[in-house]
Amino acid sequence: MTFLQLFYEFFKIGLFAVGGGPATIPFLSDLAASSYGWFNSAQLADMIAIAESTPGPIGINMATYAGYNAGYNVFGLAGGILGGIVATTALVLPSLIIIMIIANFLAKFSKNKTVRAVFYGLRPAVMALIASAVVGIMQIALFTDENGAFGVQYPLLIITVVLFLLMQIKKLKKLHPAFWLAIGAVMGIVLGFV
Amino acid sequence: MKKLWILFWTFAKIGAMTFGGGLTMLPLLTREIVEKKKWATEDELLDYYVIGQCTPGIIAVNTATFIGYYQAGIWGGIFATLGMVTPSVVIILTMAAVLQGFLSVAAVAYALTGIRAVVCALLANTVINLGKKSLVDGWCVAIFVVVLALCFLGDFGVIPPLSSVVIVIFAALLGILICKIKDRRAEK
Repeated sequence: MTFLQLFYEFFKIGLFAVGGGPATIPFLSDLAASSYGWFNSAQLADMIAIAESTPGPIGINMATYAGYNAGYNVFGLAGGILGGIVATTALVLPSLIIIMIIANFLAKFSKNKTVRAVFYGLRPAVMALIASAVVGIMQIALFTDENGAFGVQYPLLIITVVLFLLMQIKKLKKLHPAFWLAIGAVMGIVLGFV
Repeated sequence: MKKLWILFWTFAKIGAMTFGGGLTMLPLLTREIVEKKKWATEDELLDYYVIGQCTPGIIAVNTATFIGYYQAGIWGGIFATLGMVTPSVVIILTMAAVLQGFLSVAAVAYALTGIRAVVCALLANTVINLGKKSLVDGWCVAIFVVVLALCFLGDFGVIPPLSSVVIVIFAALLGILICKIKDRRAEK
């Protein structure tokens, strides 16, 4: 494989995957099944699991890991590192350009009546989309058991509720999310070993 | 020049603490971009988020590009995007090359479970706070309720699930319609 091929394939994904990380997965499945031989479906499943667990947006993690695998298989460790960098850069480039064009356009038309009316309607709609997505996340994290069926994860639910209530306390509102994330990690470990 | 590095570093911090999809980034964006740096208001953040959802690419990255571009032009967009992306690349490459068995360490798995629970709390908190700020009048609340209902009906299979793009177009049209109505009323 050449790094040019890697760049090309991930540039395509960056251009056609609308809506972020999960949208890249069908494209990556195609790559896994393709004749490139960069990675197979089993490796893809591992990549998804790791991408969801490590810091960073899932889509970026996926691209880096996929690029690493592709490069490693052919050129060893150095190839892996270069592959990860190439794939990620390629993924990000299309949206970088497109968003800056849109941002430029938006800035010029920000005072336009129709544009303002559009965003007036969009903001509450986006809030609803986000709220709905958050409910979905909670469902998966707190109300689904290992088999995928409905099952309340009481320990996690308690952590969530307790921390949420703590976050409402005036004095604690100033705390950075990083602090809460750390507490969550610690509580998770404590719960796990108890 | 200093601004560029501040952009890089701010988004690197955000990228390094995002566990999951772009959504989990919202509490961090609210704190770092809106409250601390004042680079955008809550409303603007929502605007970038929705555009990021409808355009190609990773939502997290798109939001970074937006904010970076508005703060410091093309280089700002590039530095902010690089910032968001770099922790991922470094961590994944380190993990892949060196720490193969990282996920099978029990403590790590437990920590991640705990983090998942906190993320739920942070998201709920952020959604409520953003909601308070963005639902400014009765019309907004109405749109919010309608779209939320559409999402839930879609989730439960009562109606075919609507794509975000469809909902965005619908909401955009509603926005234009409602503003026309408001203008007419104001003229009277």
